[in-house]
Amino acid sequence: MTRDKYETHDYDVIVIGAGGAGLRAAIEASAHGVRTALICKSLLGKAHTVMAEGGIAAALGNIYPEDNWRVHFRDTMRGGKMLNNWRMAQLHAQEAPARVLELEQWGALFDRTKDGRILQRDFGGHRYARLAHVGDRTGLEMIRTLQQHAVHKGIDVFMECTIFRLLKDGNRVAGAFGYWRESGRFVVFTAKAVVLATGGIGKAWKITSNSWEYTADGVTGALEAGAELIDMECQQFHPTGMVWPPSVRGILVTEGVRGDGGALKNSREERFMFNYIPEFFRAETADTEAEAERWYTDKKNNRRTPDLLPRDEVARAINAEVKAGRGSPHGGVFLDIATRRDAEYIKRRLPSMYHQFKELADVDITKEPMEVGPTAHYMNGGVRVDADTAATCVPGLFAAGEVAGGLHGANRLGGNSLSDLVVFGRRAGLYAAEYVKNFPGSLTIDAGHVETMARQCLEPFERSGTENPYTIHQDLQECMQGMVGIIRTEGELKKALGEIAVLRERTRRSKIGGNRAYNPAWHLALDLDSLLTVSEVVTRAALERRESRGAQTREDYPRMDPAFGKVNVVVRQAGGEITVSQEPLPEMPEDLKALFDGGK
Amino acid sequence: MVEFSFRVWRGDKKGGAFQEYRVPVEEGMVVLDVIHRIQATQANDLAVRWNCKAGKCGSCSAEVNGKPRLMCMARMSLFSPDEPITVAPMKTFPLIRDLVTDVSYNYEVAKQIPTFKPGPPEPDGTYRMMQEDIDRPQEFHKCIECFLCQNVCHVIRDHPDKMRAFAGPRSFVRIAALEMHPLDTHSRTELLRAKAGLGFCNITKCCTEVCPEHIHITDNAIIPLKERVVDEYYDPIARLIKMVTGKR
Repeated sequence: MTRDKYETHDYDVIVIGAGGAGLRAAIEASAHGVRTALICKSLLGKAHTVMAEGGIAAALGNIYPEDNWRVHFRDTMRGGKMLNNWRMAQLHAQEAPARVLELEQWGALFDRTKDGRILQRDFGGHRYARLAHVGDRTGLEMIRTLQQHAVHKGIDVFMECTIFRLLKDGNRVAGAFGYWRESGRFVVFTAKAVVLATGGIGKAWKITSNSWEYTADGVTGALEAGAELIDMECQQFHPTGMVWPPSVRGILVTEGVRGDGGALKNSREERFMFNYIPEFFRAETADTEAEAERWYTDKKNNRRTPDLLPRDEVARAINAEVKAGRGSPHGGVFLDIATRRDAEYIKRRLPSMYHQFKELADVDITKEPMEVGPTAHYMNGGVRVDADTAATCVPGLFAAGEVAGGLHGANRLGGNSLSDLVVFGRRAGLYAAEYVKNFPGSLTIDAGHVETMARQCLEPFERSGTENPYTIHQDLQECMQGMVGIIRTEGELKKALGEIAVLRERTRRSKIGGNRAYNPAWHLALDLDSLLTVSEVVTRAALERRESRGAQTREDYPRMDPAFGKVNVVVRQAGGEITVSQEPLPEMPEDLKALFDGGK
Repeated sequence: MVEFSFRVWRGDKKGGAFQEYRVPVEEGMVVLDVIHRIQATQANDLAVRWNCKAGKCGSCSAEVNGKPRLMCMARMSLFSPDEPITVAPMKTFPLIRDLVTDVSYNYEVAKQIPTFKPGPPEPDGTYRMMQEDIDRPQEFHKCIECFLCQNVCHVIRDHPDKMRAFAGPRSFVRIAALEMHPLDTHSRTELLRAKAGLGFCNITKCCTEVCPEHIHITDNAIIPLKERVVDEYYDPIARLIKMVTGKR
């Protein structure tokens, strides 16, 4: 019945999302001989990966032969304040170099060292220069390489097709239900395995580096289908987004600016980061400007500049400087590379930053400092997966990339996202294919479930009321920005929960005009549902973690609490109810524990 | 805050018209911000494609006052509030709705370009390339696939039937990137000469002018490709040698 009524496509594996993780998963699944489809909300090649700037972290050891997977593993764990899934962090550090070389084999052109190897740059929290890169447009190089490789591999691509929710047969995943953006027509995909690669949730905040796509539909769909979410309180605020003009507020300024010599300064021209070195990183951070300067050229005998502390530390420091009245004219701080590096170097290393500031803010970054401030950037948590196979607890459902949680713990290091995409994208594709091959029976789509979803999707046209979905979205962003932002308190978090409930009520009174063909108001009305759910999830998880760790900063619990350092905050949904619990982290084996001084 | 008058194309395959909106504009706004403001306050269902809003994804191509450009990089300070600003979809591609066009032709062409095929790696399993040897293909890799070059190329714009016989500037940039990649071993000159229709381009440089990434499409990609085709197929001395030796 469903088949007669709705356009239906049958596959072994469907991959939802076509950024780096989705593309890599589809390539891998298809290479293992299973029928694979790749479904994306935008045109192919426009996913958020395209905006990644600084580079892809991999211990290739091209600049510092001392670098190896153990050092990268240790940096990742410490950057994540030890909340990471150790096994994911290990696999990631071990496999990233091979994935980078594979991209080169597929045509990527990374910047070179003098002897023709892949050049690597410094980034926050990485002990050695480790990021393979292409100027400051590494994400574009990566997505284009994967895209061009994928189109020759017999993968069917469904563009501008939004998946609304997942379909199940009993406890197993059985496919997905969605709509074509162009026509608004519904479409059903049947599949034995589904790989989620849907990215993050940044559109819940007002100041964000994320595009319209980051509306949490993947996370929410997984939650509804029975998957578990972890570390959702740890939404990352990138320390450096543009702050002026208002219309570009939040657009990313790559950490590569600091990696390549840029320094943060307040309105008194002080390099304030020296005042914010936490105990946790004191032993490995320079405490004088002189040492920090020497570090750029001699890493063996000097410690890293505090400008390149992990992102959570830098974001909090900037926030504190602005609050103390030492901010820049438009409410950020200064990021100066103009007085520190020559114009030719800046234009060669950071062409896209030069262009972005010149065209959008009338600022010449080779002559003047940039104004920057924190911006909602990345979901450190996400769907809980098995480290080796990327499988969720729902049979047949896999997750990779930003949508999956665990690798980054409480805070992600810059450059570890692009490597995450290809390491775990490949694993998700591989194990989804394997799951399909070992799957004995057949699956049936529940026609009633499909009908319910179709009705849910059309509801916004049939409601009565005068609420505007765009206004509700803006109000949600204000709420999350103000009360579930960088610094949190119990009082504000509870107040936010109340507001989210009110906003949900308001969505019931928002009627959509126009028809189903390419109607962004309708799409937003459907996305709002996911955004509201994820906002509640983040807020409740932030209430549960009564400590400050990584991206979660509680003013009322300002210190790290060792007891909370041993648990993930886990979110589930059952019978429409969201539940939050604390569950122990997987235990790290002794040989890896030995890499950390005193087990901090 | 200044009020601007915007004339935005509204309609679909069946027809449409420019519709006028009065919009308050603040300092620093770009055309895409204004379109979003119209969408949020006056025309909730106004269809527009966009993603990054920072000139990196190439989704928001349109024709602003007749000039093809990215809406996210078109500062409002370029325009005077005394004259209405016209925003229309890219003309070359079939209209879907409002400012959104069907750009699938570009993806179809991309599938027909033979992929990258590297030679053997060094004994350690990795490759060596010198920076100066990749500067040129890296320029081509800057392409964000906004398709503005395809939109203005008069071979396609004025002769929609040519879409089948002409791959267009975007594809030539892609082919040039592959042909000039130090590790690649394929030759795509026959494709360029025959199927891709490189000969139709008469180097008027319209594509280069609109490229938001400032890629020298004509000078650095198309002309060198034309030279390769000529060298291979039309060089009289080379032809003579081929005739005598019987080698192709």
